[in-house]
Amino acid sequence: MTTLYTSDHEWLQIEGDVATIGITDYAQSQLGDVVFVELPKLGRSLKKAEAAAVVESVKAASDVYAPITGEVVEINDALAADPALVNSDAGSKAWFFKIKMADKSELDGLMDEAAYAAHTA
Amino acid sequence: MLAPDNSPLKKTPLHALHLARGAKMVPFAGYDMPVQYVAGVLKEHLHTRSQAGLFDVSHMGQLTLRAKSGKVADAALALERLVPQDILSVAPGRQRYAQFTNSDGGLLDDLMVANFGDHLFVVVNAACKEDDEAHLRANLSDTCEIVSLAERALIALQGPKAESALAKFCADVGSMKFMDAGPRRVGDIDCFVSRSGYTGEDGFEISVPSDKAESLVTALLDNPDVLPIGLGARDSLRLEAGLCLYGHDIDTTTTPVEGALEWSVQKARRGGGARAGGFPGADNILAQFAHGAARRRVGLRPEGRAPVREGALLFADATSADPVGKVTSGGFGPSLNAPVAMGYVPTSLSTVDTTVFAEVRGQRLPLKVAATPFVPNTYKR
Repeated sequence: MTTLYTSDHEWLQIEGDVATIGITDYAQSQLGDVVFVELPKLGRSLKKAEAAAVVESVKAASDVYAPITGEVVEINDALAADPALVNSDAGSKAWFFKIKMADKSELDGLMDEAAYAAHTA
Repeated sequence: MLAPDNSPLKKTPLHALHLARGAKMVPFAGYDMPVQYVAGVLKEHLHTRSQAGLFDVSHMGQLTLRAKSGKVADAALALERLVPQDILSVAPGRQRYAQFTNSDGGLLDDLMVANFGDHLFVVVNAACKEDDEAHLRANLSDTCEIVSLAERALIALQGPKAESALAKFCADVGSMKFMDAGPRRVGDIDCFVSRSGYTGEDGFEISVPSDKAESLVTALLDNPDVLPIGLGARDSLRLEAGLCLYGHDIDTTTTPVEGALEWSVQKARRGGGARAGGFPGADNILAQFAHGAARRRVGLRPEGRAPVREGALLFADATSADPVGKVTSGGFGPSLNAPVAMGYVPTSLSTVDTTVFAEVRGQRLPLKVAATPFVPNTYKR
């Protein structure tokens, strides 16, 4: 399983044609206490860079962009019910949604863990 | 007015202390200010409601107003030419909330006015302080001496443990009531202390000479009950308390009546009062007192979990094309564990429990008009 990162501080875990997407621990540390998460509807077609989800801290709302084109095949209802999961476990339990990828070549521009660490250093 | 973007950010006397305590700094009203510390906005908010929070509000303006006659009553009557409040009846050692009005009845700023016995002590908002001082000088210099106390810091100590924390350094504070104000010795420092604040909690504001500010704050923070609190939690605390933020909930286009601040205009200045009118915009404001205003600031409780933020347009129903109002402050209330907002609606929709709709990301979300404060205040009356 490969994990990739975007410059917008999202992570993608790739398993076959499906990418699981969340925001990074760095992103949650910048946002602060998350109080609300809005997830895309199941079955929605997302274009790469389209606003797909919303994460709100006490102070501000931020968009989560689709890092890749495809169809939403699963959303994390547990996260919508308990948005603070983003703060406690951004890299795993607080995944946002899963996309069935339309074009895996879009992954080419994304960063690996080392490149992302350098990006946030 | 905000400082021009190209001007370097100013620092309060507590700037180094903020950095040393891990504050995340942001520009605010021309100052480099702490928005939060390591604990974060949510914990800072809840700590203030359950224990005590210490806020640096040194960016605010502090001024004294002294009548050339030497009589505080003359300074009060002079200030009444600029505000719709009864300043003459503010007793020595007491403080009152006021607003500077413009000729349309809009608000130039809101402020606190204290009677210090032989003069008035005034606290104004950071973003307006230069304009406020110029306004005072332009209008009151004939009878009053206006002095800007730029060499003083201002801190707020708020929450149920504020009194015990401050009493270690100033035994007298226990006998102060809400809106009592005056010079007090705190430890070995000559301060001005008022029992007031902007969180809805009991607490104090302490004006301290700049060169003594850090030692006073360090001593107060040595108490484990007291945590430093940033502007983020200051905003969520005042929003839950239903208190207006100048430049957002009230501004030059809103009158005291539209802003639901009628309570702050005493009888003496209203129609038929002993000193009715006589402030800028009195015609419009007194007409609104008599006949009502077309719109009104109200508290709003979103029915879902999604915060509804400042700027969101309000609609009378889920489908109509024309907005009827706007959200002026909105976010998440940590003590309510729910979103809260305030905004302006037509007076016909301002009754508690009326449902209105806000447009958020293309969706119409229902909100109920709600009484404020959202969280009961705990002032020591």
